[in-house]
Amino acid sequence: MPALDLKRKLAILSDAAKYDASCASSGSVKRDSRSGKGMGSTDGGMGICHAYAPDGRCISLLKILLTNFCVYDCAYCVNRVSSNVARARFTAEEVVDLTLGFYRRNYIEGLFLSSGIIRSPDYTMEQIVRVAKLLREVHDFRGYIHLKVIPEAAPALVNEAGLYADRLSINIELPKDESLASLAPEKDVVGIKKAMGAVRVSEEGAKEKGRRARPPRFAPAGQSTQMIVGADAATDGAILKRSEGLYGAYGLRRVYYSAFSPIPDSTARLPVQRPPLVREHRLYQADWLMRFYGFARAEIVEEGEDLDLAVDPKLAWALRNRGAFPVDVNTADRERLLRVPGLGVRSVDRILDVRRFKRLELADVKRLTRGVEKLKPFLVTADWSPGALTDAADLRGRLAPEPKQMELF
Amino acid sequence: MEVVRLAHETDLAGWRAAARSLRARHVPPARVLWTVDGGASLFAAAAEAHSPEAGKATFTVPKAFVDLADDVVLHRSDERFDLLYRLLWRLQDEPDLLHVVTDPDVARANGLAREVDKAAHKMKAFVRFRQVHDEAGEAFVAWFEPAHRVAERTASFFAARFANMRWSILTPDVCVHWDRGTLSFTPGSDPADAPRADALEDYWRTYYASIFNPARLKVGAMKKEMPVRYWRNLPEAALIPELIARAESRTADMVRQAPSEPSRRIVKAAVRASRDAPWDGQAPTSLEEVAAGVDHCRRCDLWRDATQGVPGEGPLRARLLFVGEQPGDQEDLAGRPFVGPAGQVLDRALAEADVPRAETYVTNAVKHFKHELRGKRRIHKTPDAGEVSACRWWLDAERRLVRPRVIVTLGATAALAVFGRPMPIARSRGHAQQLPDQAQGVVTYHPSYLLRVPDAAAKARAYAEFVDDLKLAWSLAEARAA
Repeated sequence: MPALDLKRKLAILSDAAKYDASCASSGSVKRDSRSGKGMGSTDGGMGICHAYAPDGRCISLLKILLTNFCVYDCAYCVNRVSSNVARARFTAEEVVDLTLGFYRRNYIEGLFLSSGIIRSPDYTMEQIVRVAKLLREVHDFRGYIHLKVIPEAAPALVNEAGLYADRLSINIELPKDESLASLAPEKDVVGIKKAMGAVRVSEEGAKEKGRRARPPRFAPAGQSTQMIVGADAATDGAILKRSEGLYGAYGLRRVYYSAFSPIPDSTARLPVQRPPLVREHRLYQADWLMRFYGFARAEIVEEGEDLDLAVDPKLAWALRNRGAFPVDVNTADRERLLRVPGLGVRSVDRILDVRRFKRLELADVKRLTRGVEKLKPFLVTADWSPGALTDAADLRGRLAPEPKQMELF
Repeated sequence: MEVVRLAHETDLAGWRAAARSLRARHVPPARVLWTVDGGASLFAAAAEAHSPEAGKATFTVPKAFVDLADDVVLHRSDERFDLLYRLLWRLQDEPDLLHVVTDPDVARANGLAREVDKAAHKMKAFVRFRQVHDEAGEAFVAWFEPAHRVAERTASFFAARFANMRWSILTPDVCVHWDRGTLSFTPGSDPADAPRADALEDYWRTYYASIFNPARLKVGAMKKEMPVRYWRNLPEAALIPELIARAESRTADMVRQAPSEPSRRIVKAAVRASRDAPWDGQAPTSLEEVAAGVDHCRRCDLWRDATQGVPGEGPLRARLLFVGEQPGDQEDLAGRPFVGPAGQVLDRALAEADVPRAETYVTNAVKHFKHELRGKRRIHKTPDAGEVSACRWWLDAERRLVRPRVIVTLGATAALAVFGRPMPIARSRGHAQQLPDQAQGVVTYHPSYLLRVPDAAAKARAYAEFVDDLKLAWSLAEARAA
């Protein structure tokens, strides 16, 4: 077999990695290279997106697989053993060189390394950890590293990964355990949850106060996961219930939703269709409401139901709960303001700041938000009251955007 | 009309000196004209600042104003100096002005500051270095056109990130250089001074093209975050038109392609999966089988929201067996019983009662963590009688295998599971109860109950009783052993 040149390997192994939605470089600790021999920095807060692909996704990290050879046969995955895609494998040194070369030219924030399962879960995890170890210990690389955890790998290897990585992730893959069993026969949901639990225990152990010897840092940017949307019959309610449970149990930083996208060489067991991008978008909005707006999942959607695709979940909630409106922008507390469709966290904080100094009128609200028309039925200001508008029967029709085709579809 | 000539486009010091003097002399904003003069002539404001009257002009401004001015002055808009002076002027009578973010002047200034911030952020993102070699060795040079005059401000970011690299960023406004120790600045330049290519750019373009998923085309989202004005200096941007043009047909091809035949492996795996389905038939004959079985138990629905089944822990022939209620948050994560807060109470009490935990077997009536979510926290929920009886399969197996002489039930759920009927704890505790399987039972509180007793005196009393019960149980176990 002729050896593949590095560029061809890069093409194969980044193509194979693109179905993982996460590319974030956020949430780690602040560090830089001034005290070291190598290079790299992280700012602790938001990450940096160095480019955007025409799919609108941020490119922050060099997101690649170590190899796309895989002994598993997960129906939704382009790299499953029964798929006929081209295969390749990087050496650890090749990944290190590419990462450093890209980083030095300011193309990336760091590396997101995942892998197909070769030989055994332990062997695969060892290879992943080895790349991170080379970067950190030999090259004193201080950029961002995100490692995928192979859930079946030995806990000691997962622990070692946490010492080098900023973030760890373990994909839950599918919202329903039954679908995982049928679509990914080698994967075991109990194994996945145990690995997430172990990561949380290590994270909390590293943060424990009052220890004499400071424990080594463990994945300071926490852990995340991904769920594929649209490959099985799970409702949005079931998906969000799963997320809610994962946030609660394992302190995840993020759950990524990835609309199931047609893959080359697909299997007959799955729908080959356009990815449900609007649905994915609504799920992110609902997830946001649970994490930052004080909504409980049950307020947004029942377990057996789907989200409304025509209007965003916050507006949908407001239309169902007209009795909670209008909200007086000059007197309402933060929690109530956050429930107004069209008011984001930032707008609300600015409203709370300004109103200590003046009574807000509609024109003021306009300056603080993205547009006041959508807000009018739900808000009372010094010079505006919606009157019967809040309860108007055709309100939904007025606020819901005209159904339009998604871009190029 | 007063005309102020500032030394250069971002001359904040000059603006400050002039503005201080103007305000001290009560010159209203409408009567000031701000210009930038790169030439050699002295600017009028500086001269005025030397007048005795201006020298005494001291007043304070909020720190927020100084920070805002730092940002606004970097904007390319012509109104920036005038706007800042107008704000400074108004601050005399409206000290809280900057909090009123709905005020048109404040909103405008904040808007400019945000655009400057964004330009700085985009500079961190979109600078692309190219490798060069000179007499001193390897260095990296970039040509970049920032949306606003943020190159100097952003230099420290690159210095911290690439501390051990020699690099220069050339921009039309100013050029920034780092020699592994200090930053230096030279006048603006043009693209001709920057290297034309870099060998790695081809790899970067390969990556960019491959990571793109043609089935998810969202050109608007891309342009919003990566504005077209930056594209000419991004090596990967040249690919964009073709990637967009081919996306539709690539996706259609994937959808049209007939799915491949499932391999024999899949069929085999399905068979294997059904064969290894949750083991449910024969009673376990070892504690290892209990542990494996508990983890895959589907006798009730609690496994769905729990991480794992938590089996008991301890030596096979322990004389004393503790039964708690169910694993909590920590136990669920660790897969071991009594390692959380209740476990710590138990450990402390065991130590006081002189009972070696390592010689006892510790388990729970229910093996999966039952909880409900409150916000992001998992709150313990008492298992119901159905769940307790579903799980008795495992508890009975543990009792049969360990054959303890004494069983201590911690709390009401454990008592229900062991005795098969509700046992009022206050009345049942303090003495041994006979159990059918030759063991004696001791009923006592659950350690987490001891954490919850509100009254301090009652708490101390309950704890003392708990320790007494442990002593009693241990003495029974020891006596029977003797």
